[in-house]
Amino acid sequence: MKVEKDLLYTNDHEWVKVEGEFAYVGIADYAQHSLGDIVYVELPEVDDEFEKEEAFSAVESVKAAADVFMPVGGKVVELNEELIDEPALLNTDPYGNWMVKIELANKEELDELMNSEDYEKFLAEEE
Amino acid sequence: MDGRKTPLYDEHVKLGGKIVNYAGWLLPVQYEGLIPEHEAVRNKAGLFDVSHMGAVKVSGKEAEKFLDYLLTNDISKMADEQVIYTFMCYPDGGVVDDLLTYKFGENEYFLVINAANVEKDYDWIVEQQKGFDVTTANESDETSILALQGPEAVNILQKLVDIDLSQIKAFYLKRDVKVAGVNCMISRTGYTGEDGFEIYVDNEGVHKIWAELMTVGEDFGLKPTGLGCRDTLRFEATLPLYGQEISDKISPLEGGLKFFVKLKKESDFIGKEALVKANDEGLKRKMVGFEMVGRGIPRDGYEIQKDGKVIGHVTTGYMSPTLKKSIGNALLEAGETEIGNEIDIIIRNKPAKAVVRDRKFLANR
Repeated sequence: MKVEKDLLYTNDHEWVKVEGEFAYVGIADYAQHSLGDIVYVELPEVDDEFEKEEAFSAVESVKAAADVFMPVGGKVVELNEELIDEPALLNTDPYGNWMVKIELANKEELDELMNSEDYEKFLAEEE
Repeated sequence: MDGRKTPLYDEHVKLGGKIVNYAGWLLPVQYEGLIPEHEAVRNKAGLFDVSHMGAVKVSGKEAEKFLDYLLTNDISKMADEQVIYTFMCYPDGGVVDDLLTYKFGENEYFLVINAANVEKDYDWIVEQQKGFDVTTANESDETSILALQGPEAVNILQKLVDIDLSQIKAFYLKRDVKVAGVNCMISRTGYTGEDGFEIYVDNEGVHKIWAELMTVGEDFGLKPTGLGCRDTLRFEATLPLYGQEISDKISPLEGGLKFFVKLKKESDFIGKEALVKANDEGLKRKMVGFEMVGRGIPRDGYEIQKDGKVIGHVTTGYMSPTLKKSIGNALLEAGETEIGNEIDIIIRNKPAKAVVRDRKFLANR
């Protein structure tokens, strides 16, 4: 499984890329791989607010639907709408295709996430 | 992962199969991917290991009489070497299981039942056979089953047998056929909506047949195919799945499968009285197809509303690989089943618009 450096990760296999007061959120390689061919992505709306660990989106393969959870609390400021027409982008490049951009509610919550090294160890234990 | 393994388990792992526990069995949900496997079966051919399915032999002087009492279809009208689809019902009309009945000859039949129901079914059969001059045997453990499905299936299998397969019509069987030299029973049946064969063989012989089919099939575009596409294929072809379109709480009439329930057959059968009554009084619920208008993929169990009132639920739903559209089956209150009726599928607590349609999903493909 690919793990990208400079991102933060959750144990539900979401990733976060922080840029100042904002952050991009997506799903990790492990998540897209275990789901298989993604055929549908449901995104929230701009201005929706979510708490840490709240489901903000769903990705679905032919076989199954999976919720995607907020790694940290925040307000949605931008959506990657390309995913609506091309959900398979999450399979081909999960780290290049963020799902939402959020305005962070509480930057301290970032401390609870894993860095790439910790996440790699976590993945090794999951196998 | 815990679960029972079919004789071909190591084969599936070697081929990169993603193993899941299905009805207590460790089986591949997919190898290369659900969609390419689905398309292989629709356009070329796919090979499924369905050895998890159950098999019960019924023989004896009163085998026909017993099966006509146990099953909803008309067994007395079966020809030798014929196969029919039928239900086994409870007295209240709920379904114990759906199954294929094979007639080997006078006094000799073979029932193919769902993996998840083997124990329940066999207990039920043994209980009902009291007073009939029949012998039953649960041969599930000794029987391996392969399903070779798709338009090229006949051409692939023809390479490995010395009989002319065009002599076996759909829903007919042939015993003692040598497939790659191994003694088998084959039937022109399946669960995909495509032409194809199911091959019944002992647990040893199955290895050779699997290997030979895979080799011969290469030139025909054959792929190993998993449980994932088995479900999307059967769904698109309007074939029911026990537990979803029919169950102990959903009768075959409600499931839209009246053709396989011979309410007028001569013999009495378990569930007849309740089903005749339900039919005469008019059904309260019916199975329909629907197509999403709004975004979203319907899944089994999702609630369906009309103007905020619950009117039924989704029994199966998918983003159809063949149609590239979100479609489904729904069990709806009888007054809501008209084609064109606008309904709401509740997806993650939010209503998404859909419209009732016919269930001939593959008609215009």
